[in-house]
Amino acid sequence: MFETLMIIALCLLVVAIMCNLYRIVKGPSSADRVQALDSVGINIIAGIAVFSVFLHTHAFFDLILLIGILSFIGTAAFAKFLERGVVIERKR
Amino acid sequence: MITLYLFIFLPFIFAFIVPFLFKYLNRQVHTGWFVMIVPLAILIYLLQFIPDVASGMTYEYTLSWIPSLGIEFTAYVDGLALLFGLLITGVGTLVILYSIFYMSKREALHNFYIYLLMFMGAMLGVVFSDHLLVFYGFWELTSVSSFLLISYWYERKSSRQGALKSMLITVFGGFGMLAGFIMLIMMGDTYSIRELIANMETIQSHVLFIPAMLCVLLGAFTKSAQFPFGIWLPEAMEAPTPVSSYLHSATMVKAGIYLVARMTPIFGGSPVWFWLVSGVGVITLLYGSLTALRQTDLKPLLAYSTISQLGLIMSLLGIGSLAVYFGPGESGTVFTVAAYAALFHLFNHSTFKGSLFMVVGIIDHETGRRDIRYLGGLMQVMPITFTIALIGGLSMAGLPPFNGFLSKEMFFAAVLDVSKAGVFGLDSIGALFPIIAWVASIFTFVYCMIFVFKTFGGPYHPERLNRKVHEAPLGMLLAPILLGLLVVLIFFFPNVLGKYILTPALSSVLPMMTPSSYDLKISAWHGLNYELLMTIGVILLGGLLYVIKKKWLPAARKFPQSLSLNHLFNEGLQGAERLSASLTSRYMTGSLRHYLIYVFAFFVLLLMGSLLLFHGIQFDFSNDAIVNVFDAGLVICMIISALTVLLASNRIVAIVALGVMGYVISMFFVIFRAPDLALTQMVVETVTTVLFLLCFYHLPKLKKTVERISFKWTNLIISIAVGLTVTVMALSAKGHKLFEPITSFFENSYELAGAKNIVNAILVDFRGFDTMLEISVLTIAGLGVYVLIRQRSKRGKEHEAE
Repeated sequence: MFETLMIIALCLLVVAIMCNLYRIVKGPSSADRVQALDSVGINIIAGIAVFSVFLHTHAFFDLILLIGILSFIGTAAFAKFLERGVVIERKR
Repeated sequence: MITLYLFIFLPFIFAFIVPFLFKYLNRQVHTGWFVMIVPLAILIYLLQFIPDVASGMTYEYTLSWIPSLGIEFTAYVDGLALLFGLLITGVGTLVILYSIFYMSKREALHNFYIYLLMFMGAMLGVVFSDHLLVFYGFWELTSVSSFLLISYWYERKSSRQGALKSMLITVFGGFGMLAGFIMLIMMGDTYSIRELIANMETIQSHVLFIPAMLCVLLGAFTKSAQFPFGIWLPEAMEAPTPVSSYLHSATMVKAGIYLVARMTPIFGGSPVWFWLVSGVGVITLLYGSLTALRQTDLKPLLAYSTISQLGLIMSLLGIGSLAVYFGPGESGTVFTVAAYAALFHLFNHSTFKGSLFMVVGIIDHETGRRDIRYLGGLMQVMPITFTIALIGGLSMAGLPPFNGFLSKEMFFAAVLDVSKAGVFGLDSIGALFPIIAWVASIFTFVYCMIFVFKTFGGPYHPERLNRKVHEAPLGMLLAPILLGLLVVLIFFFPNVLGKYILTPALSSVLPMMTPSSYDLKISAWHGLNYELLMTIGVILLGGLLYVIKKKWLPAARKFPQSLSLNHLFNEGLQGAERLSASLTSRYMTGSLRHYLIYVFAFFVLLLMGSLLLFHGIQFDFSNDAIVNVFDAGLVICMIISALTVLLASNRIVAIVALGVMGYVISMFFVIFRAPDLALTQMVVETVTTVLFLLCFYHLPKLKKTVERISFKWTNLIISIAVGLTVTVMALSAKGHKLFEPITSFFENSYELAGAKNIVNAILVDFRGFDTMLEISVLTIAGLGVYVLIRQRSKRGKEHEAE
């Protein structure tokens, strides 16, 4: 029963990722796509969490935290690139 | 034993001293005087062998070179080697004597004598070595030193071209010969020529017998300028005349003759050998004499006459090989005479052709001209030179009382005999042999007459020559006088030479014939027979042709250049260059995309081909895990994002889709329970994304508008094929698991390495070496990036400074 629930949760998350993908493929502006990518990251975090519960392990907890940080960094980099055209600005 | 090696290597050793002699002593004494000692010493040393070798003794010495491979320099002294050794050193001495007066002290004499000594040593090595590979080594050394000598005046274009052509052709033949030698070594399981002769029954029944023969003959024909490989010889006439006299008449071009004579006991007796050697010889004889007629320059005339005479010797050797077929007996003895005549004419040709070349050199030296259209009437001005030229010319034409007469008579006797031999299909076309030989002899007679009487006879035109003509100095005349004397002496006393030198040489060409079974006596008068009638016919018809030459010679000279072998060779060479250039420029486009297409197409062909060929495609799904619904969903996500990357209309979309791809892959790592991989994957993914964004900023403005990847069918086909190949291979590889995996060993990581994390234990403990190297890869990449950026910024500053 519990496992079935977990699998259903995972499937729903995959469906969510697919919805995000639709936005990435279709999304009229780049900002939409970057937003969708961020959202995919969050969905992945959720997926990993559910999967850890499913497997009864805490080996993936580091990963959850890391994705949290990295997806933020990635999104920030994209945002900066879209806004200014540069990721890392030089101090002149 | 050591002395023989010392004398063979003496030219090489002395070559090291020559530059010092040239530098310190050339002002006082011409370097050639010192060099002349070398061949003279070897000649005197070799003369000591004559009594022993004439009584049937042979000498064999072994000098170890690479014992583990069985390669040693075996020196073998028998009649044939001694005959050649005497020719090389004897003519060598005379040629160096001549060159002392021919070459001025201002020339680069050290180069000249080093090359000449190198050649002399190589030639001695060729004739005395019994080991096939050492023989080949010396053989190539003669090609190289000949190349150097032909291009002695390297500032002339024609010298360089002649050297290049001779190098190409002789080395081509040399390689063929090497292949033939290797086949011989495989067949006989020995390197020694004498042991091969002893094993000839096994060799003759071997399947490689004919290929080995063809390859060896290729070497011999290219070296000895046989048809159609003779084209290098006339162009080698750009060498200084002493070189032409030595290499291209007396010694190097006879190396092929030597090879054929040496190999006769092994290959002789086979019809292929007979027809190739004698057939090519006769064709060369006719071709050379015809082409010599058309020359107006004296040196090419002599070059073609050399080709023709070499063809004569070659055809005599081919006829002589019939003696191997018949074996000892009456009919065998008849053909033994042909081989004997070959050796006799070989010796005679060296004497008269050497002197003729020296005569041409004298004319060139004294008048500044070599073209017979400018020369004439030199008889009164240069009487001694004329006498020598007359002796040599008449000997070459085959007139008494000169040695050429004797060997020409023996040649006619041999071709008459062969037409009656009745084997190898000689019944039908054997009659062609005497006819071709006779016609070629008539042409030979005519060009000899042209050579002698157009140069020395007729009216004298001092205004055509750009210097005051007078007789050559005595030193220059000495060598040709000695050779001319030899020409006459051999006519009167041929049997002295025959007994001491030629008969032992013959017994090494035809070892199966017992010397007592044939009694070879050369006699000037041997009764009124067909041979003599043929000679009389040659003189009459040749004389007639010479008298009316104004009527037909211009027509013969108009023979179109475009049909000559030389033209064919040049065109072929240029065509080959053009073809390879166009071929290369067709596939080496410089476009990386094309090269990737080749690489991937090759990859697909090789892997898919071998999978199909060896029936390697086997799928085994029995042990596979169950696929969950969400697994399938993730795979679909991956496919969609991959396609998005491909079809993205701008780069940001591609990057974002790539990011999704990376996230989903890390999700896969989670599902397959690889937390460390998933961690690393996430970090690398993010860093790559940031790096891509960095790169985009630096893309040139022009190209930023490029929207979508343009579509190409070939790319699509190749990419699908590569994907299919990898998929099929991965699936088949899974089904072909041959051994148990070794994972069970790493499961003890806590006991063995004190680590609970297997992955990390493997990375830093069990297989720490790989990790170290990967760290260094990262370091190198980092340093590389740093250096690239620094260099770019430096250059940018330089640009600004400009």
